[in-house]
Amino acid sequence: MALNRKVGLIAGAKYKGGGPMLAWALHRISGLGIIIFVALHVIASFLTQQLGSDLGISINIIYESIYFQLFIVFCAIFHGVNGFRIIVLDIWPRLIRYQKESTWLEWFVILPLYLLTAFIMIRRFLAG
Amino acid sequence: MRSKAMPKPSWNLEYLMWIFTRISGLSLILLAVLGISLGLIMGARTQMDMGTLMRWALFPNSNHVLDSEIPDIYLWANGFWQIMQILVVVFAATHGFNGLRVVVEDYTSPGFWQAALRFIILLLWGFSGLVAIYVILGS
Repeated sequence: MALNRKVGLIAGAKYKGGGPMLAWALHRISGLGIIIFVALHVIASFLTQQLGSDLGISINIIYESIYFQLFIVFCAIFHGVNGFRIIVLDIWPRLIRYQKESTWLEWFVILPLYLLTAFIMIRRFLAG
Repeated sequence: MRSKAMPKPSWNLEYLMWIFTRISGLSLILLAVLGISLGLIMGARTQMDMGTLMRWALFPNSNHVLDSEIPDIYLWANGFWQIMQILVVVFAATHGFNGLRVVVEDYTSPGFWQAALRFIILLLWGFSGLVAIYVILGS
């Protein structure tokens, strides 16, 4: 619900929310990233398979590029792991006390998963 | 610390979708894990590369594995996987468009434009769901 709080971008960034706020912001960004990717993928597949259009192939080139893929893999891994953390905290509300610790903990899962995946993807990309 | 009595929740859209977001999020993780493990049991380890298996895990459609060396496509395209795809699409589309609605409502104030954006998101949700089920039943 919008409460008509006029908070600018800079004032919002200065707010000392720490790890949980970073997780909240990244959860939004990664969710929107996944929506953009899935929408592009559905539109491109529809244009290619149903209409045989070249536009589908050019959209394909955008989201199959290594930069877009590295971004999307981060979005998917972060959104999944952070969402799982939120669900666990919601099912057992007593754990809310450890919210800050849980945001630290999740990075111990996300970073190895993402960095390993990114390493494999970049190595394959460089090999051609 | 003495605990207060739990307030009785009213069943409005916000509360329903709050619960649905949790259930569908958990289901999507489980569906992806199922897709990976059943794919490995069906022979993905020797027949396809990692990227193809990941594409399969996120949406178990046979068009996602066409570029690999599968001896029997029927194993990967049957009624069971069509049901799995419908589950993935219904959960993911509803979860995603509801999330988009929440974000849009956060950055707009109540009024005509918010109502219009909510209506557009509702239309997109219905349309993409129909298109997805058409694709699933046709492939």
